[in-house]
Amino acid sequence: MTVATSHRHRKVAESRTPLALKQSRLPRWTLPVLALVAVAAGCGTGLAAGLDSAVQWGLIAALLFVVGTFLLTAAVEGGRQAKDRLATTVVWTAFLLAVVPLASLLWETVDRGRKVLNGYFLSHSMGTLPDALPGGGVYHAIIGTLEQVGLATLIAAPLGLLTAIYLVEYGRGTLAKVVTFFVDVMTGIPSIVAGLFVLSVWILILGFGPSGFAGSMALAILMMPVVVRSTEEMLKLVPNELREASLALGIPKWRTVLKVVLPTSIGGITTGVMLAIARITGETAPVLLLVWGAKTINNNPFDGAQQSLPLYVFQQWQQGSDASYDRAWAAALVLIAFVMVLNLVARGIARWKAPKTGR
Amino acid sequence: MDYSPHPTTAPSPPPATGSVSGKAVRPGDRIFLGLSRGSGIALLVIMAAIAAFLTYRSVLAISGDKSNFFTTLDWNAVGTEPKFGIAVLAFGTLVSSVVAMLIAVPVAVGIALFISHYAPRRLASPLGYVIDLLAAVPSIVYGLWGALFLVPHLSGLYGWLNDFLGWTGIFSYSNGAARSLFTVGILLAIMILPIVTSVSREVFLQVPRMHEEAALALGATRWEVIRMSVLPFGRSGVISASMLGLGRALGETMAVATVLSPSFLINASLLDPGGGTFAQNIASKFSEADTFGQDALIASGLVLFVITLLVNGAARLIIARRKEYSGASA
Repeated sequence: MTVATSHRHRKVAESRTPLALKQSRLPRWTLPVLALVAVAAGCGTGLAAGLDSAVQWGLIAALLFVVGTFLLTAAVEGGRQAKDRLATTVVWTAFLLAVVPLASLLWETVDRGRKVLNGYFLSHSMGTLPDALPGGGVYHAIIGTLEQVGLATLIAAPLGLLTAIYLVEYGRGTLAKVVTFFVDVMTGIPSIVAGLFVLSVWILILGFGPSGFAGSMALAILMMPVVVRSTEEMLKLVPNELREASLALGIPKWRTVLKVVLPTSIGGITTGVMLAIARITGETAPVLLLVWGAKTINNNPFDGAQQSLPLYVFQQWQQGSDASYDRAWAAALVLIAFVMVLNLVARGIARWKAPKTGR
Repeated sequence: MDYSPHPTTAPSPPPATGSVSGKAVRPGDRIFLGLSRGSGIALLVIMAAIAAFLTYRSVLAISGDKSNFFTTLDWNAVGTEPKFGIAVLAFGTLVSSVVAMLIAVPVAVGIALFISHYAPRRLASPLGYVIDLLAAVPSIVYGLWGALFLVPHLSGLYGWLNDFLGWTGIFSYSNGAARSLFTVGILLAIMILPIVTSVSREVFLQVPRMHEEAALALGATRWEVIRMSVLPFGRSGVISASMLGLGRALGETMAVATVLSPSFLINASLLDPGGGTFAQNIASKFSEADTFGQDALIASGLVLFVITLLVNGAARLIIARRKEYSGASA
């Protein structure tokens, strides 16, 4: 590495005045000016060649800017600086390239979603309304989502929490290793496969019909490994002195875990559980297979088809009328808002509780 | 997570106490250990049950299939002569995921580098935060956006690709709605971008400060620092991040089901509508399937399950090896 660098240095030095201590540099205004020129040239070519899409104009301008910067820097500052500039430009471009679709996604959802989003939309179900007509709402879907996600949390959170406690506080030997491995494997299960599993056992073999609870079981399978992983990380952060101090006072291990370890890490654990809830709230595939969707309010998650927010978005999209598209966007906005609020609150709790581990 | 600054908070398991208290194991302890070990075992039982029941229903389906399950270009699981196969689904899943990876990984590495090394300090941590938030956007929202916004905006680009690259056959395009495997690939790329970025960024931030400073002290430019110290250190991290992203792309259902206009033909052109993926096919065919049809879908789900297990397993192996490596050199 050093040899190559010094060799390059010598070459650079030879090609210039031999005693220069400072490389010549481009003046600061060069790049903005070059950018302006590139944009102007891009628009000019676009107009002249009659390209209709602004995307193509932008691409031409960006390409001109990148090539122009590279050549100009190579001529004035040398090859190494030119490569550095090129890398900087490419990294910035990658970032801007990624911002465009993600910003557009959020913007479109908010912009198109607020059209029909109001109190009526949130407090009414679809009922007998034909799908092509405007009106109707998501009340039944919100009820369904809350019940299914709530039940899934009731199943997955205790199981996940206890598994994490086992892995951190007790786990040694083969069983712990196997469990750790399969938690990783479980994290990667596609949601539709979890849905198919519950379908094969609960509906095809045991003969139950579709219900919110069937959906909750699939959601719980998806949620459990996430809870285990995050809880494990949090429990590992609890200082051993706390455990030792408690045990030294003659307090049994289970009380130590319940009264010392868990309270110390409860902030982080809550955050992990809430992030897991946010993740399963948006799952559509298992709900499609197991809950089926409904147009009317069904308050009982243990009997009969229910609706859920993501499934509602999908089914309204499938209807394909303008009114149903509006409803789909509005429901998507409700869903995003719900998930984002969960995320923000969860991360808020994490930040608020974070310093307490050092007690 | 072996980089805790205080040795006291190191993640080693707490000291054994059961042996200290000797014979007198308290009942509370026994119950608590039983409960927590039990839920660990429950997790294993669930995994075993998933594998067992999916296999059981798949065997029912495949033995009733009147054609080859792996090579048939059709999905007709009703009637007395059911003929269905996963060839189209395997092809579509592979192509859309590969397109997604080709687009997403370079861009994600770029964003990760931007956040870790290029962005102004004050911008960097809010950006990381926003990326994490974007990873939480539900896939159905991506699907809705893809179908109603992305698809109409891509036909112009596809026409352009057709003009210049149409002769390859892969990029030929006959002006329809752009609801093709390539569009699915682009949408999947956008979807996995946040997760690949956030894992890569974490790895880049872990590069030892000394490596970078040594390179800088030798007179390296910022790009040379990245090429000589950051990228070699982060390579395996980026690979495992990509494979996690690949795992998501393979199993993605709703975004594909909304965007793709499916058919049971293998189409040479990626820009023209047609094809299908495992997950999308299950979601689209489910409502019209009878019990045997559902078994057939479960069989295709089992194939998807096995593929994602292999991909995720490989990713975990790479991560594990990297952990050993960095532990030895630290």
